[in-house]
Amino acid sequence: MGYQIGDTVAPFTLPRVDGGELTVDPATAAATVVVFTANHCPYALAWHDRIQQVARDYADRGVQVIQINPNNEVTHPADSTAASAERVAAGHFAGPYLRDEPQELTRTFGAEKTPDVFIIDRSGTLVYRGAPDADYEDESQQARYIRDALDAVLAGQPVAVPSTPPRGCSIKWRTAEPTP
Amino acid sequence: MTESIEILAWSGCPSHDEARERLTALLHDLGRPDVEVRVRWIETEEEAREVAFVGSPTFRWRGQDLLPPDPATPVGLACRVYRRRDGRASPLPDPDDLREAVQRALSA
Repeated sequence: MGYQIGDTVAPFTLPRVDGGELTVDPATAAATVVVFTANHCPYALAWHDRIQQVARDYADRGVQVIQINPNNEVTHPADSTAASAERVAAGHFAGPYLRDEPQELTRTFGAEKTPDVFIIDRSGTLVYRGAPDADYEDESQQARYIRDALDAVLAGQPVAVPSTPPRGCSIKWRTAEPTP
Repeated sequence: MTESIEILAWSGCPSHDEARERLTALLHDLGRPDVEVRVRWIETEEEAREVAFVGSPTFRWRGQDLLPPDPATPVGLACRVYRRRDGRASPLPDPDDLREAVQRALSA
């Protein structure tokens, strides 16, 4: 089922693709953006730069942007930890890029697609889940859904549109689960 | 005999409807609404290997890929990554690339 809007998101720890581990605790940031993403998925790639720009634009306002690759690297080698580390080394990420090989955290969140965006406020409450914006092809959208949700959280206001349908590639599960 | 362009599609990738709509609109625009658009579903890795499927959607005319992939592109169930003319990644081909490829195929 995964987290629903209004649920409390527990802190979590995952390996970074470039070594070490990172513990993500929503209480340590003004807001936390968690993006399940992938290296091989054209939707994730189409939205990628817009998400990095959000990370840069909101960094000095205490927002942390965490990107997580959950995909099965056996069936999709482009999503391996090594391939992910190459993208980090090439400077493609404006924040930590983590790996969820066991896919347990991905199931806990209830992520379905890449990209699938979750925004959590400082109290740990999930306040937004869905797509980065309305159109992967239209760069002028600038990840508007994420920005609007962050602006509301930072202003102490409720998020006007707390949920949109995630759009992208299905998560590549390790087991033979149905692919939506 | 009716000619057709085949779209090889995988249901795990949401771009197939848009691919069919764009191709149908393009054929009308080119004055070739007589060319049929057929969708062939690829749903297993075995099927993907059999037809050298490099991702959804793949457009084929007389068995040949209208937009041939990089030879290093792995075969398997995936969303296909296209590059727009401005270099951006996209789940669908650049409209101008698709138009040129279809025009070339139909005039051959």
